[in-house]
Amino acid sequence: MFKTHKKFPQIVAVAVLAMGVAMSAAQAEDDDDDEGYRGAGHSEQRGEGNSGKYGGEDRGKPVQPAQINAIWKQECSNCHIAYSPGLLPAESWRKVMAGLDKHFGSDASLTDQENKEITSFLVKNASNRWSAPTAPLQITESAWFKSKHDSHEIAPSVWKNPKVKSPANCQACHIGAENGDFSERNIKIPR
Amino acid sequence: MFRISSAIGLVSVAAMGLVTQPVFAQTPNEILSAIQKEAAGQSFSAARGESFYKAKHGKEWSCASCHTDNPAAPGKHAKSDKDIKPLAPSANAERFTDMAKVEKWFKRNCNDVLGRVCTPQEKGDVLSYLLTVKK
Repeated sequence: MFKTHKKFPQIVAVAVLAMGVAMSAAQAEDDDDDEGYRGAGHSEQRGEGNSGKYGGEDRGKPVQPAQINAIWKQECSNCHIAYSPGLLPAESWRKVMAGLDKHFGSDASLTDQENKEITSFLVKNASNRWSAPTAPLQITESAWFKSKHDSHEIAPSVWKNPKVKSPANCQACHIGAENGDFSERNIKIPR
Repeated sequence: MFRISSAIGLVSVAAMGLVTQPVFAQTPNEILSAIQKEAAGQSFSAARGESFYKAKHGKEWSCASCHTDNPAAPGKHAKSDKDIKPLAPSANAERFTDMAKVEKWFKRNCNDVLGRVCTPQEKGDVLSYLLTVKK
């Protein structure tokens, strides 16, 4: 009994080490599209026992399919960039597309035919790594977005730059955002 | 067989040409006439259209909030900041050449600016104004 107690700290140390190794392996595999990104907050979220990375609120891989829908591209890029379908889960897209007459303060309504076609494209190519039962209406509300853009990653001053204006303005920093390219090598934070 | 496939090839090349060429379905004046029919005899006024375009109508935005006070100049979406091509046909040949597109955007933008659909009179006035704007 006494012996076991004495060994206890060692067991814990080994277990923690093993967890650390397992986690970095998982992260390296998961984040191979992010070129070695190591974000703060990952382990914290993972430690809570939720399924998957970011408590299950992870964007898809790829975020944008190779074959894109022409109507989606045309209609969804009128007022903002056409956000890649993989940035949100299918249920989020269903909700967004069902409320286009009141779309973040603007009427963005489509014909029924357009709506059907675009919804189907978005749902089909929605995040394939989202396991949480959540369905945010805004990309910026998702756990993966918050973790990747928290104050450890992005200085608060960046958001105040008029060239950035809003976190919805992906292309202010992600120069390939319009084509679904959010890779680390294609980030240019404006000064 | 060769003949059939080359004929199909020719037809599809021709069809592609039709699709990719910037052929406008209608002219802005034809669009105006169509709105005129809806307006059942009322006459349009460019001056009235100009004040309508520049004024707020009980909500946060006017037409000019995004399209600027000069419809021949490029605009910016009031919320997203995205560039908007000029609205006046003199500055942008694509404008008011597709009735379905015109209806779609009047519906959306009137809802944003007025909180309701626009009357044919209001639409006719605004288009009459836009047609007087020089580049």
